[in-house]
Amino acid sequence: MQSVSTLERVLRGTALSLVIFFFMFPIFWIFLMSFQTNETILRVPPSMVFEPTLTNYRSLISGTLEGSTATLEIRFMGNLYNSLFLSVTSVTVGLLLGVPAAYAFAKLKFRGSEDIAFTLLSFRFAPPLLVLLPLTIYFQKIGLADTYVGLIWVYQLIVLPLILWIVRGYFEDIPSDIEYAHRIAGHGFWSTFTKIALPLAGPGIAAAGLLAFIFAWNNFIFALVLASADKQPVTVGALAFITASGINYGQIAAGIMLSIAPTFALALYAQRYLVEGLSLGAVKG
Amino acid sequence: MSAHTTDMPPKQRFKISKRYLPYVLSLPALLVCIGILIPFFTAVAYSLQRYRLSQPWARQYNWGENYLNFMTDPAFWNTLQVSLTYAFLTVGIELLLGLGIALLLQKRTRFNNFVSIMLLMPLMTAPALASLMWKLMTNPGFGVLSYWATLIGIDDMRWASDPSTAMLTVVLVDVWVYTPFIMILLLAGLRSLPRQPFEAAELDGVPRLFVFWKITLPMLTPFLLTAVLFRVIESIQQFDIIYAMTQGGPGDKLTVFQVEAYLNFFQSTNVGRSAALLMILWVITYILSTIFIKNWLRLRERARGEA
Repeated sequence: MQSVSTLERVLRGTALSLVIFFFMFPIFWIFLMSFQTNETILRVPPSMVFEPTLTNYRSLISGTLEGSTATLEIRFMGNLYNSLFLSVTSVTVGLLLGVPAAYAFAKLKFRGSEDIAFTLLSFRFAPPLLVLLPLTIYFQKIGLADTYVGLIWVYQLIVLPLILWIVRGYFEDIPSDIEYAHRIAGHGFWSTFTKIALPLAGPGIAAAGLLAFIFAWNNFIFALVLASADKQPVTVGALAFITASGINYGQIAAGIMLSIAPTFALALYAQRYLVEGLSLGAVKG
Repeated sequence: MSAHTTDMPPKQRFKISKRYLPYVLSLPALLVCIGILIPFFTAVAYSLQRYRLSQPWARQYNWGENYLNFMTDPAFWNTLQVSLTYAFLTVGIELLLGLGIALLLQKRTRFNNFVSIMLLMPLMTAPALASLMWKLMTNPGFGVLSYWATLIGIDDMRWASDPSTAMLTVVLVDVWVYTPFIMILLLAGLRSLPRQPFEAAELDGVPRLFVFWKITLPMLTPFLLTAVLFRVIESIQQFDIIYAMTQGGPGDKLTVFQVEAYLNFFQSTNVGRSAALLMILWVITYILSTIFIKNWLRLRERARGEA
């Protein structure tokens, strides 16, 4: 490295501080807001000095919202549960279906495999409404409208291509010699798959699962189009919640904090997998 | 299957499973493929029909009429213009900002790694919820950003509800959410570059700006291209941020493709027009994603070759 002048250090420090401020401030501010009552939120000028209260979180968890005129029932915890249920089930189903398929695409090249893989990937980038709008009409006909099964099925549209493509890359990286050696030792296909391939592709599967969970959790459009109030995840529920609660800004902020906490916790816990998954296995630096 | 094949000699067993196994394993993926293709072709059919949910009796094929009508439909040209503006602004700003941050964090220090993980938080936030967060901060009554605007002399900043600043507001949210994506990709790219050219340049005392333009940037181009294409594809079909912020308003200021198609379908129940809009968007994204996938595969091959 060339010698770093003081001026450059100051400039770098300033730039980095501005960057950190821009990206962290909204989260910090909403976090503060979630511990405030409307009175302190509505102060002008806004201030960071206030007496923290847990009432916002308490009323969200108990499900009753004390409005200025009346008490309102809210199902925010129901939305949170839906998010958890939909994401966990979709990713589980996605992994069960996607990992063996990824192995087939990677190791047992067969006729049409590239075409299928390519179609799946290119539809990963297609406008979701293009598939969703006809599906709403179909789902009403076959009775899948507004069911968890229907939603989990549609969630596969984002979960499955992601898992397939990331995990496939990891399977391709396993030298075939290792697998042949295991087979020559007299083990069958299934044993080779579970004892050799799966453990070696473990990090890739973890990365894909993590990323798929985050995508499923953050999804908005699928449930907006296909789910009614009692099946909605937090992303859609929070929007309805704003209209319903009117001016309870503290509770809205608390709701947002509760909704983003799970993905934040996961990201911090598994940062290495996250970064690997995000670069789609494209870059291994 | 394994039960009745156990008596066969191992070699034969291997052959049989080898022929059918790929299909058994990839069957679910095949089914999903079909599950996508059926609604897709249904959408193609809808786009060629005069089809309104409110007038099911009048439903019939009018072939290219929906598309032809777009030529003279100012709402369509508005949609196209708004979508392209949004994609251009968001990706442009995110690229410059993301590259800048990646360069700042390039050195592998503990602190830099910590910051890069911290900066991923906006990306972990659901875009729809990010919009709500910014809505709370830009509220004309109590929003902290509105207050800061008054400090620099803008007294009546109404952010997303003002036609002249609505685009700026949603672009700001998009930049907040997605810049970290470009940053993390470029950071991985920067850190994977071979060291020799940089060491040689340093020994020769080549100016840093020259190194950046002549070595860093050209070597980073494949990563830049991947990041930009990926973001353009996503940005041109942005729905969550815009819908959660203004539902396409004020007026038709933010009716990008998917928002317009959603409103057409659910509000004016004009299925034909909605499907035709989505088809045009699909053609755009299909072309871009084909280029993207090819470019990405090449990048992956290269990364693997060097590893």
